[in-house]
Parts: sequence; C-alpha cells; structure tokens
Amino acid sequence: MAHSVVEVRKLTKRFEQVTAVNEISFEIHQGEILGMLGPNGAGKTTTIQMLLGVTTPTGGEIRILGLDLGRHREEILSQVNFSSSYVSLPQSLTVWENLRVFAQLYHVRNYREKIDRLLSVFEIAPLRNTVTRKLSTGQLTRVSLAKALLNDPKILFLDEPTASLDPDIADKTRSMLKTIRAQSGLTILYTSHNMREMEEMSDRIIFLNKGEIISTGTPDEIMKRFQGEDLEEVFLKVARGKT
Amino acid sequence: MKLHRILALVNRHLMLYKRSPQRMMEIVYWPLLDLLVWGFITMYLARYKEGLPAFVTFFLGALILWDILFRAQQGICISFLEEIWSRNLLNLFVSPLRTGEFLASTMLVSIIKVIGAAIMTIGLAYLLYSFNLFMIGLSLVPFVINLIVTGWAIGIFTTAIILRYGQEAEVMAWGLAFLFQPVSAVFYPVSVLPPFMQVIANGIPAAHVFEGMRAVIETKGFPLNELIWAAGLNVIYLACAILFFNGMFRIVKVKGLLVRVGE
Repeated sequence: MAHSVVEVRKLTKRFEQVTAVNEISFEIHQGEILGMLGPNGAGKTTTIQMLLGVTTPTGGEIRILGLDLGRHREEILSQVNFSSSYVSLPQSLTVWENLRVFAQLYHVRNYREKIDRLLSVFEIAPLRNTVTRKLSTGQLTRVSLAKALLNDPKILFLDEPTASLDPDIADKTRSMLKTIRAQSGLTILYTSHNMREMEEMSDRIIFLNKGEIISTGTPDEIMKRFQGEDLEEVFLKVARGKT
Repeated sequence: MKLHRILALVNRHLMLYKRSPQRMMEIVYWPLLDLLVWGFITMYLARYKEGLPAFVTFFLGALILWDILFRAQQGICISFLEEIWSRNLLNLFVSPLRTGEFLASTMLVSIIKVIGAAIMTIGLAYLLYSFNLFMIGLSLVPFVINLIVTGWAIGIFTTAIILRYGQEAEVMAWGLAFLFQPVSAVFYPVSVLPPFMQVIANGIPAAHVFEGMRAVIETKGFPLNELIWAAGLNVIYLACAILFFNGMFRIVKVKGLLVRVGE
C-alpha cells in the first residue's frame, strides 16, 4: 500500500458555539484521489482550509508529506496547490501573465515551457494572450487548474472545481485530472456536490456530516453500507437524516 | 523572505497598471487636480501675503509632500484591495507566500507609485507655477523618506482593518490618512494648533517632517532634531502597524475569514 502523504488526527474547528469539524481523523495515500462528500455545512471547505493553513484548527494535528503543517508551512505549501471555483484570478491580466505571476511565486524553473505545456494540456493555448476577464467560466476553471499544477504539486486540493461548468467541460476537466494523476502519481483531495462525479473520480470517499466522518470507503462500499443504489441516494439519506 | 515571491507580486501590479490605464488615474488624475486647485489658490493668496515671502514654497511644497504620504499609504491599501476585488487573496495565501513578503511587495509597489506621482506633480508645479521643489535642497530627501514610511504605517494599519472586517471597511483606504492631516501640520505650523492638539501633533511623524520642511525653507539649515523625531516615531509606528497586521492575520485565520474577505 502507498504511504500516507496527508495524516489528519483529531482535527477540530470550533467557531464560537458552532463545531464545524469535530475530531476527524483520516489519511490520504500517495497517488490516491480522495473524495470528500457531505451536505452544506458538513465541514468540507473548513477541513480543506485547515489543510492549506488558511484557517487555524482549534485542535488536532495535520501532517503533510511527513511534516507538521504548523511548523513547516512554507515547505509544505511549496509542494501542494489548490483550485476552487470560488476563487478567481486577477481579471485585468492575460492568462499568460497570471500564470507567470504564480510561476514566479512558486519559483518554477523554466516557467515559459511549463506554462506552454499546461496551456496545451488544458486546451487553452489559443487563450494565452486573452485578458482573464473575457474568459468563460469553463475557460477560467481550466486556467485555475493550470495554475494549480504549475509547481508540479505532490498534492492537489480541489474544492468543487467543476461547479458551474457545463457537463461537457466538466467531463473534459475530470478526464484531464485523471490523465495527469495517471502520469504523475499526483494525490488529490476532491470535494464536489456532483455525486456522479464523486463516484467517477474518487478511489475512496470520506463522508462528512455535521463536522464528523460518518463513513469512509470506496464509493461501492459506501453505497452498500447505506443501502443506496448510488451516491446521490446515500447523500439524500444522510442530508435528510434518514440513516 | 524570498525575493522571487516579493518580485512576483510587484510584477503582478506593474502588469495590472500596464493593462489598465484607468488605474493610472490614482497616480495622475487626483494629484493633478490637487495641484491645479490648490496651486492656483496659493498663487492668488500669495498676492496678499507680502509679509510671508516663502508662502508659495511652503504651500506647494506641503501639497506635493502630503501627496507623497497619501500615495505611499494608497500604494499599500490599493495593492491589497486589488487582491480582494479579483478574489485572488486565497490563491496567494495557499502559496508559500509569507505575510512579510506580501507587505514588502506592497511597499515596493507604493514606492513605484510615489515616484510616478511625484515626478508628475513636481514637473507640473515647475511648469505651471515655476515652483522648483529641488530648490529646497537635498536636505528634503530624508524627510521625504520619512513621509513614505509614515504612509506605509497608515497603509498597513488600514489594510489590517480591512482584512479583519472585510470590504465594509474599504472606505478607510481613502479616508484614514486624512484623519492625520489636521495634526500633521501640513499647511500651517504646529504652533497654531491649540495646546492639546500640539501634544498630539508632536507624536505624529508627519508633523515633524512638515515642521522640518518649513525650517529648511526659512533658515536653509538642517533641522536634525525634527528628523530624529520623525524617524524615531516612524520606527515605532511601522513596527506597531506590522505587529497589528500580523495579529489581525492570526485572528482572521482563527475565525476562518480569509476566504470571506472579498465577499
């Protein structure tokens, strides 16, 4: 079995009286796509934010690539990356300029070749000199994913990366991510509200509800455990408290 | 501190200005209007101020120097607001970027803006009013540096407030510097202030800079005492502003607000 690249122990986050994440523990193995599933307010985004060091946990331990996140933030963050449909890029800069800024930020060697290659992989090379403001949502998502792969991350955190994409572009995006994973052994933590997408993408799923892990396993294991025909049925059962 | 990360952000802002001519307004438009309106008022008033021969020098010099402070403060705040407006803040802080590197980049951007605005206002003052700021002499340089540092301190403090309280606090980016103007003795000496305001003014670095400028113009001597006061207070204010920013950044991370700053 591949070794763990993310180890989370009793991770807790309280916002005053509200416990957003309650003593969750899990691991992500090298090369694995781990799906994080749960209704709104389950604690998915808060967990990702804690794993990226932008939200401070109330308690627990996060180790990424064998290092403690609190003590080795810079070293860890230079080897991981993030993309979300809820985050954008400077609108007045061109696609190439935006990617160049982030390449410089991550100290990417041979950034020109790297950017050109990623533009080609995501089929956005013709948009190289287009101002970001003029991109469609699907194009912006692909630019954001290209940004997330600039530093050859060992771990990629994707928070609903295909939200607001049409089915065709979303399917293409998933295919690209799977290809990249197959080629590079990239580890991915993935959240989505699209259940079919989660079934398709995830090697393993963590099911969160009210800040706690209520189940973990492969999509098939989870469906069997909750006696659902698909993840959507399982999701609805959990969200409506019928489990 | 990694230079490549600081330069990455400086580049990002330079490219923004290259791509977005309307952003040049903050460097060209407002300083130009200030200079036109206040410059002509100064010329008009100068006719009736025969007892104060250096009136034009005082007033136009003060106007240009105040703009340097304001642009330095704006350089910090607007650079931060640009990240909020473009919903890019999270992208930056999930990278290895440190807060110190972020602040250093905004300081560099502010210096570039100050230089741009200063070249324009000094040049126009010379063309329109035959006012040569450089006649005050090289002794002005350390005072200008102090004004920039004061602008940084106010800018970092303002940015920390916006970081903590979100875009609702954005108005401070345009207003906070002016809160210091009445006690900064920009257009009048500290001695005209009521006693309690003089006490406050003595604690404001900019007041010592403007007092120093007037001393330079009047006596052509170098007011070392004012410079030491300005520099000492600036060190304290800048250190406090950076500590305040770091404190606010910690609170924002504890409250999970970083992702919501732009909302």
